[in-house]
Amino acid sequence: MSSIIPADLRYTESHEWARASDDGTVVVGITDHAQHLLGDLVFVEIPEIGRVVSAAESCAVVESVKAASDVYSPLEGVVVEVNEALADNPELINQDPYGEGWIFRLRTTATLDALLDAVAYEAVAAADEEEDEGTGSLANPKLVG
Amino acid sequence: MPFVPHTPADIQAMLAAIGASNLEALFDEIPPTLRIGNLSTLPEALNELQVSRLLEARAADYPRPSCFLGAGAYEHHIPAAVWEIVGRGEFYSAYTPYQPEASQGTLQVLYEYQSMMAGLTAMAVSNASLYDGASALAEALLMAVRANRKSKSKRILIPRALHPLYRRTAHAIVHNQGVELVEVPYDPAGGHTPVEALAAYAGQDFAALVIPQPNFFGVLEEVDALTDWAHRHQALAVAVVNPTALAILKPPGEWGESGADIVCGDGQPLGSPLASGGPYFGFLCCRQEWVRQMPGRLVGRTVDLDGKTGFTLTLQAREQHIRRSKATSNICTNQGLMVTAATLYLALLGPQALEQVAATCHANTRTLVEQLTQVPGVSRAFDRPVFHEALLRLPRPASEVLEGLLARGILGGFDPSGDYPELGNTLLVCATETKDAQDLQRYATLLAEAVA
Repeated sequence: MSSIIPADLRYTESHEWARASDDGTVVVGITDHAQHLLGDLVFVEIPEIGRVVSAAESCAVVESVKAASDVYSPLEGVVVEVNEALADNPELINQDPYGEGWIFRLRTTATLDALLDAVAYEAVAAADEEEDEGTGSLANPKLVG
Repeated sequence: MPFVPHTPADIQAMLAAIGASNLEALFDEIPPTLRIGNLSTLPEALNELQVSRLLEARAADYPRPSCFLGAGAYEHHIPAAVWEIVGRGEFYSAYTPYQPEASQGTLQVLYEYQSMMAGLTAMAVSNASLYDGASALAEALLMAVRANRKSKSKRILIPRALHPLYRRTAHAIVHNQGVELVEVPYDPAGGHTPVEALAAYAGQDFAALVIPQPNFFGVLEEVDALTDWAHRHQALAVAVVNPTALAILKPPGEWGESGADIVCGDGQPLGSPLASGGPYFGFLCCRQEWVRQMPGRLVGRTVDLDGKTGFTLTLQAREQHIRRSKATSNICTNQGLMVTAATLYLALLGPQALEQVAATCHANTRTLVEQLTQVPGVSRAFDRPVFHEALLRLPRPASEVLEGLLARGILGGFDPSGDYPELGNTLLVCATETKDAQDLQRYATLLAEAVA
């Protein structure tokens, strides 16, 4: 499975992408690799506008028929806009993870420099795919309890 | 055949792996004062025949008193067919199904149960049950904290008139998760939780208000006003209800302008016999918009590839086998057997008979209270309407009176003085549909003797 990893974005090890806008805000979503692992999304819980988040804080949930996963903010900041369209069309994340499937926009003073670039993220995604073979991953949860 | 699969060699290997010298060392952290030591006071072991004879002899000694005790668990007539059917091999498995879709019959029962509970409470969704009413309340509170995104606090208003065991259980489960329960006083004359008692909390941030109906004293709360107060103050309304009472009272989904948000309670009155505290089961219902915050199993109806109706577990991504530590709950399961009994109980009675049961309970309790308050020194503690329980003021401590009654074959009620010392000498009595006029008259006669 090869997924799209645009060169102009920054990434996290937890599979979020971040795009700096001209107005100084940062748009956040989950990567193509992540949406492949999750499968068809059925629900997205978006953060509230005005919420103050720190880096790596869980602030959204993406749910498919087989898993629900947290989305972590790549940077500290304030949520200034959310993608309301996801409420009725969670599949936008499957169809266009880097475009129409964006999740929230942050106002932040932090820079993206500390995040992974496309090359580094590609290594993360590749290692992840090897590890996922039959081990009970995000996409193939094992039954426990 | 040994039932313990570990050989002495296995045990030694495991101890060596963790660096413990012997099995006893595993218990080092428990203070010696808390350890029971050797069990020298236990009698010699008996075989099965001897145990049967011993317990039969003890059962014969037990007087089988006439029960007027409620306080959270209630004696009701259970049609004989209920447990005859529950005992069938196909149903007689109390645990949550792990290969659920292979058990279409079990799933259909759970689906029917959910449908009937949703109907009884007038809520959109019911889960497949929880352990008991008190733990269902704890789950409802955690759910409210997650669901209420208008509230930044983890504080919850909880009436002192709510069942003390529910308050204690809820506290035990939620306090380590940072949820704070703030007690709301009851009205000393009415025994209810007046909206005015909430005025002191207006302007503060609360995630939810708990509304019992009826409350622990049997008293009916002003549920419409309380629900609307909660919503006006950005709090969710969490109803704790008696399911039998719902047959004649307004269902929580219709409380106030927009209805309660989450509804929970104990399902015992629906087909579970009184049995020293359990097993009973808890129920939990909610509005559609909170369904993803609801813990536990949910059964849905669907169609298979051939278009035939089938049943399936749904919304499992919220659950612990998938979401692990971030699941909506890591301490819940359903109570399949008791829920099967409840489903059969409700199905066999139907809405009309359930209404009759509730109405007879109410009428019997009114009659009982009228007759008991004829006894000199006995009066009603509160002046508000009740469902099927009432608090009576006694001329002597309830513990003494109850002892006297039990000696005369009457289980007279619940002594609330341990939980509510401020009430003085009072007794909580309950008369369900299992009592007739003669039973009520007999209690009144014997109470007169017991308080004299």
